[in-house]
Amino acid sequence: MITLQRIIALAIKEMLAILRDSQSRFVLIGPPIAQLLVFGYAATYDLNHIPVAVYNEDRSVVARELVAKITGSPHFELVARVDHDAQIAPLIDNKDVLMVLHLGPRFSDDIKRGITAPVQVIIDGRNSNTALLTLGYLRTIFTDFNYEQARKLGLPAVPAALQIRPWYNENLLSRWFVVPGIIGLLMLVVTTTVTGLSVAREREAGTFDQLLMTPMRPFEILVGKSIPGLLIGLAEGTFILVVAVWWFDIPLRGSIGALYLGMFLFLMSAVGVGLMISSLAVTQQQGILGAFLFLVPAVILSGFATPVSNMPEVVQQLTVVNPLRYFLVIVRGVFLEGDSWTLLFDQYWPMAIIAVLTLAAAGWLFRHRMS
Amino acid sequence: MNNAAASRMRLFGMIRKESLQILRDPSSIAIAFIMPVVLLLMFGYGVSLDARHIPLALVVEQPDSTSASLTGAFRESEYFEPRDFETIETAQQAFDLREVFAIVWLRNDFSRQLLSGNTAPVGVIVNGVDANQARIAEGYIQGVWQAWLEAYMQEQGLELHLPVQMEPRIWFNAAVRSRDFLVPGLIAVIMTLIGAMLTSMVVAREWERGTMEALMVTPIRINEMVIGKLVPYFVLGMGGMLLSVAMAIWLFGVPLRGSFWLLVVASALFMMVALGMGLLISVVARNQFVAGQISIVVTFLPAFILSGFIFEISSMPDAIQVITHLIPARFYVAILQTLFLAGDIWPIILANSAALLVMMVVFLGLARRKFTKRLDA
Repeated sequence: MITLQRIIALAIKEMLAILRDSQSRFVLIGPPIAQLLVFGYAATYDLNHIPVAVYNEDRSVVARELVAKITGSPHFELVARVDHDAQIAPLIDNKDVLMVLHLGPRFSDDIKRGITAPVQVIIDGRNSNTALLTLGYLRTIFTDFNYEQARKLGLPAVPAALQIRPWYNENLLSRWFVVPGIIGLLMLVVTTTVTGLSVAREREAGTFDQLLMTPMRPFEILVGKSIPGLLIGLAEGTFILVVAVWWFDIPLRGSIGALYLGMFLFLMSAVGVGLMISSLAVTQQQGILGAFLFLVPAVILSGFATPVSNMPEVVQQLTVVNPLRYFLVIVRGVFLEGDSWTLLFDQYWPMAIIAVLTLAAAGWLFRHRMS
Repeated sequence: MNNAAASRMRLFGMIRKESLQILRDPSSIAIAFIMPVVLLLMFGYGVSLDARHIPLALVVEQPDSTSASLTGAFRESEYFEPRDFETIETAQQAFDLREVFAIVWLRNDFSRQLLSGNTAPVGVIVNGVDANQARIAEGYIQGVWQAWLEAYMQEQGLELHLPVQMEPRIWFNAAVRSRDFLVPGLIAVIMTLIGAMLTSMVVAREWERGTMEALMVTPIRINEMVIGKLVPYFVLGMGGMLLSVAMAIWLFGVPLRGSFWLLVVASALFMMVALGMGLLISVVARNQFVAGQISIVVTFLPAFILSGFIFEISSMPDAIQVITHLIPARFYVAILQTLFLAGDIWPIILANSAALLVMMVVFLGLARRKFTKRLDA
């Protein structure tokens, strides 16, 4: 009973220490909201209105049809017309266009005579992903166009065709993938920085020694210091969840309970890492540095923007200790794939282990690291 | 002693004090030199959009020589790691458990339909959760399929006649290696972090420790104080920058097609912007908690998401595109990607450098204005 009282008292004190200052309050609330909205719209791989130049040396109807099919697609936007070869390079070099479409003078003749007509496509490869996606969009358009032309010319049908169907995200909107990821991203950033400074601040002010001298046991200090990070993280996570569902219209198909179980374990591991960093740090600057040194790789090697499965084996092994990696699978699984907790068991237990280990380490460091 | 000499002396004194502070607290040196190496190693190898060995389920309901040649084509491709399933149900179970990323499903009448003169449907299911990976995987599946179809038709003595064919040519990165465009971008992200981290807490620290008052009673001018705080960190930051460029070229094999000196000049400009941003944060924030929070919020994630390092800016909504102009990394990423992959393309380099110059003046000017030698400020 006394334990509980002490823990609550410390938790209240911690909350006050964070929320007392108006600037500190603001940095906890303002930026995550702004970031959610900006990143939710910005972080997309889908290409819209790619600037395109057309170099059409053939005035025939077929050529115009093909050009119209490409420039009429929402992915592309015609911004320039080219009359000779020398104009191509400057347009691409200066990033005025991302792609130049070149139809030779014999384009329609070739089609009429039954020869496959080549269409040259020059793409700016500086962003290789954009280049690949552009190729993908073009391939679909060319396949359609070929099918129509073959029918018009009475050519025999292709013996077989692929019918590709994406599941869980039927229209392949990358926002559906990215916005749930932002929930994990912002929760991790906020929780780690809040807890990352909590011990260091007291160390710097000299009040940590006083805290150790109170009748509180290290375990109670640990729990009391964990609670604010957990509560702030849960509040922000819930807020972002609501925005994701009602503002961004991301379908939430699975069980909320499974998601919150994941959130809880994820936050506990983030709190554990934060407290461990904090008890290692002597100054707040070291605390924030440590939080940073953890956050940056944790975000980049989590599968948030680039898949873990593309990483080399060694790096994949490193991601095993990254709680965000597991939480991203949970949050995306619950949102899009409609997962229940049984399917996510393999994601829960590693986070639980990370939480236990880091919290234990933090508790040990409280007593054994005296400056 | 005349004025200029006194000023120079005070300035050198300030630079010396900051340099000593850097040397005594090794965390600054760690930020400048160890961080770029570790981050670049980790990200250079870890961040990749090139999918290899995609786990693929092959469901063949009635195996025969035709289906065997198709599954063989998938097995030979370096992009896939196929697993065989007898029924679509078992394949879907593996799909739900995320053991396979895609399913190719040949129904039992596949071979019969193939010969019937109609177009035989081949079902492909792709996990669309990661839309980008799904698109890339679709592209690879189509590539394998197209090659197989052409070979099959030739074997059957049929002619696959396509009215038009695309001949793509990808400039600057013919092999479409994602590392070649990600590594230059990573340098921008890492330098943003380092520049802002180095300075963001230096002034807040002086306030909190009370040493600011000690500085104020000295005859040092504010300009001298600002420059004195910047110079040592600039030297540190540029050291880290050169290290990153060297790693990009020699370790990751990214071609540097533009001029090295242009790269150094642009990087110096960007380093000043990043340091200025950090300094402004540390002047505005009264304590280290706020300074640290702000620098995390305004540096890392915006540089990661809004700089065009990985997400294409021209595809973002217009309002967001306007916001990206506030992110210094955006301009530096454009310069780096162009200098590394395309060469000295002056219009791009000049326009982006001009933007960086403006940002540098604004950040340093604001930091200078907010940096008052008054206790009640």
